Amino acid sequence: MSVLPLPDMDGAAADEVATEPVPPSRRRGLPQLLRRPGSGLGVAWLVFLVIASFTAPLWRPYEVDEQDLAHRLEGPSGAHWLGTDPNGRDILSRIFTAGAEPLLVSTLTVLVAFGIGIPLALMAAQRGRRTEQVTSRLTEIVMALPSTILLLAVIGVIGIKIYLVMGILGVLISAVVYRIMLGVAQSVRQRLYVDAARVNGLGSLAVNLRHVLPGMATVIAVQAAQLFGIALLIQSGLAFLGFGPAEPQPSWGVMIQTASQHIYDAPWLMVPTGLVLALTVVAVNELADAIAGKVTAERVVPRRRSRVVASSTAAPADPDAVLEVRDLSVAVDGGPQLVTGVSFALRPGRVLGLVGESGCGKTMTARALLGLLPDGVSVSGGSILWQGRELVGLPDSRLNDVRGREIAMISQEPMVALDPMFSVAYQLIQPIRRLRGVGRAEARKIAAELLTSVGIVDAERVLKTYPHQLSGGMAQRVCIALALTGKPKLLIADEPTTALDVTVQAEILSLLRALVRDTGLSVVIVSHDLGVVADICDDVAVMYAGEVVESGSVAAVLDDPAHPYTMALLGANPHVPDGEPVPRRLASIAGTVPPPGSWPTGCRFAARCQFAQEQCTVPFVPFPAHGDGRATGSVRCIRVEELARAHVTWDADDVGAVVLVGADPLEPADETAPTAGVRS
Amino acid sequence: MTAAPAAGATAASALDPAPVLEVRDLVVRYGSGRRARNAPPAIDGVSFDIAPGETLGVVGESGSGKSTIGKAVLGLQPATSGTVTLHGQDITAMSLKQRSRLVADLRVVFQDPYSSLNPARTIGQTLVEPLALMGIKGVAALAKARAGLEAVGLPGDAADRYPSQFSGGQRQRIAIARALVCDPKVVVLDEPVSALDLSTQAQVLNLLADLRDQRGLAFMFIAHDLGVVRFLAQRTVVLYRGQIMETGPVEAVNSRPRHPYTVALTAAAPVPRPAEQAARRAAREALGVGTAGAAQPAATGCPFVPRCPLATDICVAERPPLRLVEGTYAACHHAERVPQL
Repeated sequence: MSVLPLPDMDGAAADEVATEPVPPSRRRGLPQLLRRPGSGLGVAWLVFLVIASFTAPLWRPYEVDEQDLAHRLEGPSGAHWLGTDPNGRDILSRIFTAGAEPLLVSTLTVLVAFGIGIPLALMAAQRGRRTEQVTSRLTEIVMALPSTILLLAVIGVIGIKIYLVMGILGVLISAVVYRIMLGVAQSVRQRLYVDAARVNGLGSLAVNLRHVLPGMATVIAVQAAQLFGIALLIQSGLAFLGFGPAEPQPSWGVMIQTASQHIYDAPWLMVPTGLVLALTVVAVNELADAIAGKVTAERVVPRRRSRVVASSTAAPADPDAVLEVRDLSVAVDGGPQLVTGVSFALRPGRVLGLVGESGCGKTMTARALLGLLPDGVSVSGGSILWQGRELVGLPDSRLNDVRGREIAMISQEPMVALDPMFSVAYQLIQPIRRLRGVGRAEARKIAAELLTSVGIVDAERVLKTYPHQLSGGMAQRVCIALALTGKPKLLIADEPTTALDVTVQAEILSLLRALVRDTGLSVVIVSHDLGVVADICDDVAVMYAGEVVESGSVAAVLDDPAHPYTMALLGANPHVPDGEPVPRRLASIAGTVPPPGSWPTGCRFAARCQFAQEQCTVPFVPFPAHGDGRATGSVRCIRVEELARAHVTWDADDVGAVVLVGADPLEPADETAPTAGVRS
Repeated sequence: MTAAPAAGATAASALDPAPVLEVRDLVVRYGSGRRARNAPPAIDGVSFDIAPGETLGVVGESGSGKSTIGKAVLGLQPATSGTVTLHGQDITAMSLKQRSRLVADLRVVFQDPYSSLNPARTIGQTLVEPLALMGIKGVAALAKARAGLEAVGLPGDAADRYPSQFSGGQRQRIAIARALVCDPKVVVLDEPVSALDLSTQAQVLNLLADLRDQRGLAFMFIAHDLGVVRFLAQRTVVLYRGQIMETGPVEAVNSRPRHPYTVALTAAAPVPRPAEQAARRAAREALGVGTAGAAQPAATGCPFVPRCPLATDICVAERPPLRLVEGTYAACHHAERVPQL
């Protein structure tokens, strides 16, 4: 079938479209930014100041040079809300009349600095190294100039032309802006959509305006707000020193200077002007912080680890099991469940695979075993029995005795797990000394032995290297050695080979297998790759939307899958065994994994399942499956018997209609035989 | 690669004598100055053809130069020497702007669906952009963009939304729609499914196969996964350290590889059947291929020597040319002795 998957084709071939998961994403722009009280107040103050300053001539109660010598240096009163200065002039009128100029001048400084700095940075980022070296040297020269002395010298030559002076300051600051923006522009240019636009043949100006500049917007806004505050202060400072508007024109700098002369006899005088200036600078910086923290601010969830009491008291079902997880649930504190009712048991020297697509809770389950859940996420129920000892509800201090010594972990990104600042020797010797209580020389010997045991031939040389000198495969070997320092009995491996090349992956898997065989280590391995699971695991638990949908021995589950999701995953895998023809179409699953919090009742896979029927929306308990006498597994499909009898397979061509829950089924509802892909 | 047979090595499809894309003796070096001249090039004398409607898989491990070839073909990375010819027109030295005016036939889909769409622009704006450069504007462009979205299985009104409202698989469809909206003849697919989950990957692969068959597109499909390449491609090029190790029909290369490196790659890709995987593992371990990055190969010889179980003196002394060995071209002195899996 080489027809286009049109949206109106039974809604099935349109794959993800039908379910249209567009979540109400964060709205972009200001309103959300103003939700922080600080930034909201800051913006309100700035708006008020701008309006009040530019309309001051219209509403001010007194003229700026109107003297009331009977009321000099007075505090606030009904006639003069903010008091009067040494000449009896109204401070309220003068402050806001003085506000317009610093606001305009600071804006000019910012415009000049960014007007020069950003185009230069964009050009340098686009043209590459040669241009960048020239512009960077030029800006270094500008940055080396003493700007304060230069400004004073300029004033000496041209007089107090504040717009010109601050414009020149803008030119000087543009060098700093250039340096910051160059880095940002270079990183935005690395993004692939810029390359895509260039392949489309978009001109360099358009590429910069449409694709590079918007990516820099946040940094520009933050820097501009900060620079605005700085310009405001510099300008007031100049006026304070006498390089401001001449009397009787009011200016903040002069007003503060006057106030400082009367600091002992009329301390109030400092308050209004000082407050307005300080408030404005603080407000601008608040705004900058708000823009910078727009993304991170809302992530702040109060850390509250609810103490969970282990719910099981029964004796372990499998007396041989070293680890037994029963009805484990993990949830966001005060939020949706991420993992529900996960149970499995692991015997010594066995390898268990947790497999599924992203967002199915495999990593959360694995991390819960070590108590290493992210902030704001905790175990909300169930039990984790480690060698007969309950780990759920154990305080961190007690868990630390287990971590590293009894249960260790390796992660997906070996390069991230190693600290780039320290040599391999240092990173191995520290934990060895702590966990095994040996001296430095002894620890180094053990480190070399550990590296040898993970298949590193020239251990002495590798000990002296730093992580960046290692290849990905070598770094993962070092990470495994690191995990083995405490002689753990259980290793949790979270996608240990996903970031590696296939040949390196095969080597790492061989290494893990050898460790299991030689030391009796148990392993829980998280993977999205069924091939990896087939290679190394003894048992497997297939996870979907936070629960185990099928479990059992690897041979039973992968060779004879009972759950439609497992069938679909196997059908979607393009790796066919040698000698078998490549399928013309791969099996795919319509829609996407539902996010936590919007799981349906009954079977969570029903909405995407080719075999779903009305009965699938009813809650049910998993059935035992894959029983082979010794180990048993389970399957969470209410139609499992029926599907097994009919020998169904997940069909690649989406022939079977997706019977959407609640929608009119395309097949009669009382249809007993599965509708899709019946093997004849 | 001086000894490579000029035309034969490319194993051009016999059915179509006029390839849509020809790459000849491509060499790419990164950086400039003396150090760059002494370092081995990222791409070292690579030649291949792609016929209309054909998919050529380019496979290799990280650092093999597969993405660099894609960039050089697209003009994102200047070629040090060699030629890239599209429809018989030499585009090697053309700037991206010249290319867009002369040949609107070459487009790209990148690996990362998250950074390949501008988050600040709606899907419609993203899709209309290449059309505007071709002179299609306004309502006509928007209608074409909507049709393009529908062709990749997305609703037309997706045009009004922002990339953040779509999942990874949907974004990759949008990236495909952007590449196809101006009816190109050749699309460079740079690991288009590597970042996707298995079921989503299957959806996108099916879609790509459908679009290719319908529109007669030629794909240059860059991937690290042999299984994925086997699904989509008719012919494949296996790269190692910037050189072609083996090339030929994808089934022949997969079922009877003639280069030890191809054997190692094939054997290392795990299959989701425990019994067969155990057999493959045993075969791979028996092969005795060395660990990656063990040692630098000699500049004069075969780049795979430090890892190769079959290497002899001649492999160090002389770089093997690509030669025809029962259906595939392999650059190995001992191609006849390469063990079967």
